[in-house]
Amino acid sequence: ILSLITTCLVLLTAKSKKTLAKPGVKNVVLVEGVRTPFLQSGTTYADLMPHDLARAALQGLLHRTGFPKEAVDYIVYGTVIQEVKTSNVAREAALGAGFSDRTPAHTVTMACISSNQAMTTAVGLIAAGQCDAVVAGGVEFMSDVPIRHSRKMRKTMLSLNKAKTLGARLSLLGSIRLAHLSPELPAVAEFSTAETMGHSADRLAAAFGVSRQEQDEFALRSHTLAKKAQDEGLLSDIVGFKVPGKDIVSKDNGIRPSTMEQMAKLKPAFVKPHGTVTAANSSYLTDGASAVLIMSEEKALAMGYKPKAYLRDFVYVSQDPKDQLLLGPTYATPKVLERSGLTLADIDVFEFHEAFAGQILANLKAMESDWFAQNCMGRKAKVGAPPLDKFNMWGGSLSLGHPFAATGCRLVTTVAHRLKKEGGQYGLVAACAAGGQGHAMVIEAYPQ
Amino acid sequence: MASVRAAGTLIRSAASRYPHFSVNGRRNFSASSALLARTYVNYELKDDVAVIKINDPSGRVNTLTKMMESEMMEVLYEVWGNGAVKSAVVISTKPGSFIAGADLNMIKACKSAEEVSGLSRDGQKMFEKIENSPIPIVAAINGPCLGGGLEFAIACQYRVATKSKKTVLACPEVLLGLLPGAGGTQRLPKMLGLPAALDMVLTGRSIRPDKAKKMGLIHHVVDQLGPGLNDPEASTMKYLEEVAVGVAKDLAKKKISLEKKKGLMQKLQDSVLGLSFVRKQIYNTVQKKVMKQTKGLYPAPLKIIECVQTGIEKGSAEGYKVESEHFGKLAMSSESNALIGLYQGQVACKKNNFGKPEKDVKKLAILGAGLMGAGIAQVSVDKGISTILKDTVTEGVVRGYNQVYKGMNDKVKKKSMTSFERDTNMSFLSGQIDYSGFQNADIVIEAVFEDLSIKHKVLKEVEAVISPHCIFASNTSALPIKDIAAASKRPDKVIGMHYFSPVDKMQLLEIITTDKTSKDTTATAVALGLKQGKLIIVVGDGPGFYTTRCLGPTLSEAVRVLQEGVTPKKLDSLTTSFGFPVGLTALIDEVGVDVAAHVAEDLGKAFGPRFGGGNPELLKTMVQKGFKGRKTGKGWYIYASKKKEKQLNSGAEEVLKAFKLTAPPAVSGDEDVQYRLTSRFVNEAVLCLQEGILADPIQGDIGAVFGLGFPPCLGGPFRFVDSFGADKLVQKMKRYEDVYGIQFTPCQLLLDYAKDPSKKFHK
Repeated sequence: ILSLITTCLVLLTAKSKKTLAKPGVKNVVLVEGVRTPFLQSGTTYADLMPHDLARAALQGLLHRTGFPKEAVDYIVYGTVIQEVKTSNVAREAALGAGFSDRTPAHTVTMACISSNQAMTTAVGLIAAGQCDAVVAGGVEFMSDVPIRHSRKMRKTMLSLNKAKTLGARLSLLGSIRLAHLSPELPAVAEFSTAETMGHSADRLAAAFGVSRQEQDEFALRSHTLAKKAQDEGLLSDIVGFKVPGKDIVSKDNGIRPSTMEQMAKLKPAFVKPHGTVTAANSSYLTDGASAVLIMSEEKALAMGYKPKAYLRDFVYVSQDPKDQLLLGPTYATPKVLERSGLTLADIDVFEFHEAFAGQILANLKAMESDWFAQNCMGRKAKVGAPPLDKFNMWGGSLSLGHPFAATGCRLVTTVAHRLKKEGGQYGLVAACAAGGQGHAMVIEAYPQ
Repeated sequence: MASVRAAGTLIRSAASRYPHFSVNGRRNFSASSALLARTYVNYELKDDVAVIKINDPSGRVNTLTKMMESEMMEVLYEVWGNGAVKSAVVISTKPGSFIAGADLNMIKACKSAEEVSGLSRDGQKMFEKIENSPIPIVAAINGPCLGGGLEFAIACQYRVATKSKKTVLACPEVLLGLLPGAGGTQRLPKMLGLPAALDMVLTGRSIRPDKAKKMGLIHHVVDQLGPGLNDPEASTMKYLEEVAVGVAKDLAKKKISLEKKKGLMQKLQDSVLGLSFVRKQIYNTVQKKVMKQTKGLYPAPLKIIECVQTGIEKGSAEGYKVESEHFGKLAMSSESNALIGLYQGQVACKKNNFGKPEKDVKKLAILGAGLMGAGIAQVSVDKGISTILKDTVTEGVVRGYNQVYKGMNDKVKKKSMTSFERDTNMSFLSGQIDYSGFQNADIVIEAVFEDLSIKHKVLKEVEAVISPHCIFASNTSALPIKDIAAASKRPDKVIGMHYFSPVDKMQLLEIITTDKTSKDTTATAVALGLKQGKLIIVVGDGPGFYTTRCLGPTLSEAVRVLQEGVTPKKLDSLTTSFGFPVGLTALIDEVGVDVAAHVAEDLGKAFGPRFGGGNPELLKTMVQKGFKGRKTGKGWYIYASKKKEKQLNSGAEEVLKAFKLTAPPAVSGDEDVQYRLTSRFVNEAVLCLQEGILADPIQGDIGAVFGLGFPPCLGGPFRFVDSFGADKLVQKMKRYEDVYGIQFTPCQLLLDYAKDPSKKFHK
């Protein structure tokens, strides 16, 4: 009987594939991944600029790896809300971080999966044989966002530049009305639908019958697991950041396990008064930056580096930005599994981006729903949802924070670290993004 | 069977408690089916909330019928009798329909005003009981909540509505010549304040959920859901029910207060409206406005004001009394009969009676990017139809493209369309000067100059590039389709689609079939028109088809009247006071004097002296002088200035002088002028029916009212004959015939109806 049980266990843990290496395809590896501590916006980072945070992450990466700057072939960096002075923040940050001025850098943007896009761009450059070592990352700085003059005011001011005579200038100035002075604030809202993301998340939760209590419980889980990981020193991707004129910051400051009673007291933040998404079960506005070093395996080994993980198949998906805005993981997960020839059971570590507890739970329910698979995804049957005991075990965006364009690298690095710590072989990253887009990537542990 | 069941349960409980609804005869039914579920109204308990679900299994929408009302009361008594129930929710289980109003047949079946007043009093009493409910009742609204449905909802203590596009709240009774007869004129002013309530009941305008919340008409809005564990509609209904049940519980526990918090503006308004002389001023102003707009031809708005005023000034009891009395009177009025007829005609003209087309129209091509072409493009791209707009020159394409953009951008400004929807819609439009892409078109509509040789030229060009299944439709307003089809290799694929300008505003589409047009071609054209949101009449071929043909003699008579010395302003006032929305000379200016001259000439040639009257040279002279109407800034009137009062064009007056005739005194009184114009219109319409151009009087009425502005209060030429009397009309025409001859000779069908008073066009 014992042998039968062992056989069963072996069968259960046996992988569909021993490795995802493919003949004739270059192995791309993650050598290292770091991030600044993620802070609630308006706290210690408040007086910085985005490229300062990005510099901190980039310098931290160099520092931790001891990688020679001149060996970096290319830098790709993500950002969502752009500081107009540093619209190619990749280049400004690289220069400021002391990288070689001969290393080109470009900035990508794809909402909350911007640094995922940075990383996969790097993977592409390496796989195509164009580069051997690429630094990717992302930064988000919500303590300061571009608040603009109204369009009318801007138009008047631009015309003022062109006005030739004093009279023309005066008449332009005279045309300014009180209404011109009201500023335009950026909102976390879809351009196509004008709906804020929290509002969409609330509707999504309702469509999947996710209750307020479930959401609060999930948020509490995230904070509890994050606190545990923080206390146990598992969040080793953090590099301390000496903020000019202030202390060294070395810890995330948004991890706050609360109680269900306290969370239940909060009023809904978006859909009033009957909504279920609250400040406590949503990710919050965060400042932070992340960076990873991605290389071809042979170059890394030649330079004496031991990679952390292989970056394998990845997919991008997109769907209806109104009613399915945040369902990216549901669409991307089965697609990337099929691409790599794995099943859900092959995955040892799941790291999903937690935009809202309601969004994560809606995705889990969608993946468990045959109706959704058949009617919305054109599949014969559901793929199934990840088991929670493998899911975001070191906290997630709800608790650690979510600097939009920095989260992707955190997810990938966390998968690599968890695979190592937990002894797993395959990990899966999935994330949703504004615009109704999504991403997933399979990561394979590097042999010990 | 359904009625038997319903009646059975009615006897079981409601008859004794609510004797009012125990109509004679129902007691005869056996009570053996008492245990069966009810047909229209059922309920279940969710904790201490009774969720009352309505569904009329026989219709597409829920309407308030006697049966539904009696089952509703029966359920309510049961709920009220159950001490464990602390609150209730009323929700429809029919997808996309709350209650679309009272059953019109119920009103039409009544023989007297008193009988209708009785219906009104029944409704008032029922809703009063709901208003005084011992437990809070929440109306959970998804889909249209109209008329009696709205009155039902506002009698409830609380209203929750979805933000679905289908959810609209309105009191459309006034549009049917009626008034909200079940307490609407009494409750709305208390709820919304006098100005907002008057606006709502007098215009019948549809109110979207967000606006309704702002006005205080509803308390709470619920978003629409996307697909989740079920389809969006079902998910949204479930969500609405959950939210409503939650609200009901909170109401029962007094966690939600029914007291409205009033803003400063509201308090200010209330205190001002507390002054009786201010209110009096409002009544007067509104009454004046109504008189100006309706010319006193529509009794309903005035009665509505009276009901509202009585309720506020003399108290509810008196208000309800006046409301039910006026409701009865209005229901018996010819105006209401006409408007209800038009409403039912509209419903009939929103159907495709030619079956499902073999192929959906996915790609449309339009020739000519002028006013009409671009208008057709606009109503197509905003329904998601991929559309080519072709002109011969780039300037034309640009002009057309800008017209479509402006049409939609105006909607964005009015917030009835988002800028994103506008952009997406514009992406369906391709402006071009060549025939590329025509090979994929399913239908080509030509809107080029009204000249047969040009039409033949484009038809041949188009047929050289389109695929075999593609339909060729002509947007001509007068040229016979068979003449156009003569140049076609495939006349079975040729059809007329006569749109009215401005296309995005005018509801009518006149589709013209020749004896060669195939049924599938017609079905496809009708399907396209319906998708474009049009009311459709399908008529036979002939010069001017139906609408233009009716207009021909009318305009000819108008020119004669002008020649006889009636000024354009006087003519306009005579026609508008008869009920035409636009005066006839103003109409000529809008249509274009050149178009009118062209049509008059063509139809004059086709029909001979019967279409005579005014001198056709008069309009031609106007055109020669450049007085082509609004488009050239000058016609009968001058359009350059932005002054409110239109200025007469002195040049046109000179033309009139040159063509002056002496008015025969016997037939030149104001009323005679009105009937000379109207009788020629009506006679031509009846002749169209006689000749088979029209398939039935319903389409004739819809075409005349929605295409030409025939007075809606008369319900269209055929309903006018019914109510005015064919014999009386024939008498008048004979008198005019004595003076003018053949142009006033009544057609045979009209004579037949005059001989036999029992003959009516509408049953």
